[in-house]
Amino acid sequence: MSRLALRADLARRARTLVTPEGLALPLTVGSRGARAGALILDLMIIVFGLIAIIVLFSAVGLSLFDIGAESDAGPIFNLLSIVMILVLFLARYGYFLWFELGPRGATPGKRTVGLRVAARDGGRLTAEMVIARNLVRDIEVILPIAYLLVIAFGGGSEIGVSGWALFAWLMLFLLFPFFNKDALRAGDLVAGTWVVETPKAKLEEAMSLAPDRSRVYHFGEQELSVYGEHELQVLESVLRQDRPEALQEVAAAIARKIGWEPGAGDEREFLEAFYAALRGHLESRMRFGERKLDKFS
Amino acid sequence: MVLALFRKAEIEPPADIEAASLRSDRFRLEREMDWKRLDAIVTALEKNRPGRISDEDLLDLPVLYRKTASSLAVARETSLDAATLDYLEALVRRAWFQVYGPRIGLGGWLRRFLGGGWSASVRAIWLDICIVLAVMVAGTLVGWLLVEQEENWYYSLVPGEMAGGRGPGADPETLRQTLGTAEADGLGVFATYLFSNNTGVCIMAFALGFFFGIPTLLLLVYNLALLGAMYWVFAEASLGIDFAAWISVHGTTELGAILLSGAAGLHVGRSMAFPGDRSILAAMQSAGVRAAQVMAGCTIMLIIAGLLEGYARQLVGDTPSRFAIGGGMLALWVIYFAFAPAPREHDT
Repeated sequence: MSRLALRADLARRARTLVTPEGLALPLTVGSRGARAGALILDLMIIVFGLIAIIVLFSAVGLSLFDIGAESDAGPIFNLLSIVMILVLFLARYGYFLWFELGPRGATPGKRTVGLRVAARDGGRLTAEMVIARNLVRDIEVILPIAYLLVIAFGGGSEIGVSGWALFAWLMLFLLFPFFNKDALRAGDLVAGTWVVETPKAKLEEAMSLAPDRSRVYHFGEQELSVYGEHELQVLESVLRQDRPEALQEVAAAIARKIGWEPGAGDEREFLEAFYAALRGHLESRMRFGERKLDKFS
Repeated sequence: MVLALFRKAEIEPPADIEAASLRSDRFRLEREMDWKRLDAIVTALEKNRPGRISDEDLLDLPVLYRKTASSLAVARETSLDAATLDYLEALVRRAWFQVYGPRIGLGGWLRRFLGGGWSASVRAIWLDICIVLAVMVAGTLVGWLLVEQEENWYYSLVPGEMAGGRGPGADPETLRQTLGTAEADGLGVFATYLFSNNTGVCIMAFALGFFFGIPTLLLLVYNLALLGAMYWVFAEASLGIDFAAWISVHGTTELGAILLSGAAGLHVGRSMAFPGDRSILAAMQSAGVRAAQVMAGCTIMLIIAGLLEGYARQLVGDTPSRFAIGGGMLALWVIYFAFAPAPREHDT
């Protein structure tokens, strides 16, 4: 995806949530692709976990298939089958509930792709909401997948009209996230939740700790009014990344724009001084309620 | 030396605050300690290790959260440092998730649920339960009346493999045998299998509720008509009482679960059709959360029904004892749902 399309996609998924303290927090709704990926990861974890349990059983010398063939297998097989069915039940319901009720509000799959569950109204995410969204998951995900497997392996011929009607109904649930802008599942809708991204950010160094060079490089009002906030933040990321060729390029571009003669060897010092001066200039105007978003405004 | 590696990294005070030439950077450096403290607390909470947080930090958590939130609000208006703004936004968001996250885990929820949350939500949908109960009774009557009028209806109502020889005009002795106790081998497996199967019926009854509840009612009419038809066959062979006893062992619990899940589905469907003065979304949400509680309870009822069907019904053969078990379960459910007090609000 091109950078422009990526930014448009981000803007489309950006929401603002007002916390009970009245603070507006920007949130990004999880993309449908990421959520499908998270679900596939979770299902894979469940399936591989179950396989591991079966392998574990057979390692102890209990093969389900061998015993199943004999009719007089006795109590061990009985017990084992009960344990297996209970494990399946837990895998189906317990897995999602356990993890989404935890402090991260996310299953391992969601965590891996950087998503979590949150209350849509900005209030508390209650246990009841998580239960509701996961019970409906059964209808909208597990049943359609099971049904698809039946059609794929059992042959579609015996399904009949009512079977296809049911299939269409189930597909409606499965495709529900494509019919609303917040990518809500039917379960999210019912429970009042949504799935949002959880980016983590590290606290970077403060920028103006470098020695004050406002005497060496003196920028006037005219030179500082060329750029706006957007350019300032681009410059900030260039300075933080600290790649020599990028510094050189940007320093040359700025010098040309403000009509200075670009020097050689002092790009970083020049850019740091310009950054500090520009930020000071823009921030002082900001305090008076004047904002300059970019060089065109 | 080695121990030092495992010790928690201390939060270092920032370098010389006065050295920062920008006012917004000084603002940031003055508050950085608080942000880092909040960050450490939130990280420990996310890792589910609240034991690592000192008492002092835990007491300060709400204060730190509000301070950081207000730092963010001020920074947005005075600072153009994108990295700091990003950090603050991410930090406040993470803290918000922790402060307003679920307070109880799966175990805590289960305890509260069984201790009254379930019965309270069942009582809350009493109207839907009444409607569904009426529909189920009507369905049974329809099945009975149809087959009484015209026996061929039986074959279109009951699928062949389910009938298992229990058709109209079947030999009473054969019918009596189907009501008997099978040998006890493999009963546990049978019971657990039945449980998974019945869960499917309940979930369908609930899921179809999203279509304004009408498919739920149709599904219930059909399933109960099937029961009515089968009851007629046994009544014809003058085994009506025995059949009722045979069914009641697990049926009072299982039909109860189907009743509740149908009612839960209808509750959601009804609130979509008649949201009142709220928006459809808001009405659906409160109905959905309530219905989900009822549904979670149905799963428990179905586990019990499966055990009763697999074990009790096959082990207890005589009609009075069967009635005693079935009636006892029914009484238990009714008492629980009607009288178990709702949990107090504070621990959601």
